[in-house]
Amino acid sequence: MSLEVNDLSIARGGVRVLEGVSFTLAPGRALVLRGPNGIGKTTLLRTVAGLQPPVSGTVEAEAESLVYAGHSDGIKATLSVAENLNFWAQVFGRKDISPALKAFDLAPLANRAAGMLSAGQKRRLGLARLLVTGRPVWVLDEPTVSLDREAVAMFAQVVGAHLAAGGSALLATHIELGLEGAETLELAPYRARAAEVDDFDEAFL
Amino acid sequence: MIALLLRDLRLAMRAGGGFGLGLAFFLIVVTLVPFGVGPQGGLLATIAPGILWLGALLACLLSLDRILALDWEDGSLDLLATAPLPMEAVVSVKALAHWLTTGLPLVLATPVFGLLLSLPSKGYAPLLLSLLLGTPALSVIGTFGAALTVGLKRGGLLLSLLVLPLYVPTLIFGAEMARRGVDGLDYSTPLLMVAGITCGTIALLPFASAAVLRVNLR
Amino acid sequence: MNLNRLWEYANPKKFIETTDRVLPAVSVLAVLCLVVGLAWGFFFTPDDYRQGSTVKIIYIHVPSALMAINAWLMMLVTSLVWIVRRHHVSALAARAAAPVGMVMTVIALLTGAIWGQPMWGTWWAWDPRLTSFLILFLFYLGYIALWEAIENDDTAADLTSILCLVGSVFALLSRYAVNFWNQGLHQGASLSLDKEENVADVFYYPLLVAIAGFVLLFVALVLLRTRTEIRARRMRALLARERMG
Repeated sequence: MSLEVNDLSIARGGVRVLEGVSFTLAPGRALVLRGPNGIGKTTLLRTVAGLQPPVSGTVEAEAESLVYAGHSDGIKATLSVAENLNFWAQVFGRKDISPALKAFDLAPLANRAAGMLSAGQKRRLGLARLLVTGRPVWVLDEPTVSLDREAVAMFAQVVGAHLAAGGSALLATHIELGLEGAETLELAPYRARAAEVDDFDEAFL
Repeated sequence: MIALLLRDLRLAMRAGGGFGLGLAFFLIVVTLVPFGVGPQGGLLATIAPGILWLGALLACLLSLDRILALDWEDGSLDLLATAPLPMEAVVSVKALAHWLTTGLPLVLATPVFGLLLSLPSKGYAPLLLSLLLGTPALSVIGTFGAALTVGLKRGGLLLSLLVLPLYVPTLIFGAEMARRGVDGLDYSTPLLMVAGITCGTIALLPFASAAVLRVNLR
Repeated sequence: MNLNRLWEYANPKKFIETTDRVLPAVSVLAVLCLVVGLAWGFFFTPDDYRQGSTVKIIYIHVPSALMAINAWLMMLVTSLVWIVRRHHVSALAARAAAPVGMVMTVIALLTGAIWGQPMWGTWWAWDPRLTSFLILFLFYLGYIALWEAIENDDTAADLTSILCLVGSVFALLSRYAVNFWNQGLHQGASLSLDKEENVADVFYYPLLVAIAGFVLLFVALVLLRTRTEIRARRMRALLARERMG
């Protein structure tokens, strides 16, 4: 159930940003991606999630094991919190949403329209979606944005429980979550070098 | 898939979902036509099938950008793309939801609008049948157009420009069938053609839409 | 000859090098054929006994109509090559051909209207052929607009080639639909391999030369525009790299 990334090169808008990225994510472990803005964290995560093809290299994961959470939470404003979660649970072929509601303290808000939630509450709803999917490998892009300190602790606890249960997580975040078994991968050394300028070839870059 | 369909239907029904907008637009078009061409019943009866087909087509066009753009904006499409649903299923369900919320109400409202345009009584059955058979194709083709333009800001005009030429065969056969029905002629050939176009687009176009959507998501 | 050698020309550098040598020759030939074909057609053929001197517009009308369709076919092929083999030059060639094809369509429509006025007594009729060309024009418009609307070149190439594939099917469908919708007054094909149906020889040979001229003109324009597109693409790539630092 581990995620393996081999010699991955990725491009954003046709420009190669990272190359030669390799890592393995074993069950029960978390990997935190670090690097300055624009280095390609989001692109890397989207590539791992299968949303965009890599320039070269491979991403190996067991089929149907990944779940991705990006900058936007995919929440429908006119549906209630429970309806939003129920929808994703059904899409992933599951039923019970109450553990997810409880873990992020959303139970009191369950019948409120998602459009009425604050930014932090929306984020919590977005993260609760991870729990209803039941997938073992979480791929998270800046999961703590707009969360207050209490909610960050809540999130760290959920991720901790997920790891303890044999799941794993790949995160891009600037906040220290204090996760056990978390490693950090600094992306700066993998920054793509510009190709030779007179190299007028197929790929243009 | 059913969950996605139900969600889309529910979203359409809720406030701001745009349900009924197409219908209102259709009504306005039908109301404006006599102002443009004059109130003579005979003339209206001749052009009624064409006007009703055009009105349905435009009402359908009006709501196309809602099919995918909203899900694109709030990130649902990214999440759906990583969910255990094939993209082909997602676009098919989206097209079906669009047809149920736009195409089907238009078909059901057509008899009333036909009355307004003094459509001859023998024309109702073929007109309804042609719309019933043709509007699914409009939704499926429209989903393809919506998938093409989903990443673009202000893609609405471009969407019309891309989709309208693709609507030509459906419109021609559909309106031809309705017209022949009004004239009391045999309309089995255009009927088969409309049905064929609809079946063909439903079977094949989702693959193109899904491919396009994947390109747009990366 | 190894067929794989063919793909070498899909390399932008190789393409530019090759067209450096080919383009002048093609351009000269195009001008030569056009001048000879058109002059021969205009000044050295008799008037038609029914149509009078209006018949001479066929030396522009028929070749441009042919090229309007052939340009779309060429775009279809290059789009397929892009989808299957992902050669950038192929996608750029499709992009380069579209405006040329669109202008050919407009020329065909305009010359048709000019000819139709004295012959049919109307500038425009909803005849199947005319209507098909109008629809073809709309397809060109949509295709070009989509290219212009998308910023990322690869995304644009992918989307437009799929549009080209889908559009081709629907264009073909429209052609049959339009035929069904209105049996028209346009005459049958002016040219066919079956010699019996052809226009008389006096008109036939200059027409062939004019068609060759239009084909060569099309090739020359597409090569030229593809070179421009390659360089523009190259420039954007360099700028992007510069921004990246």
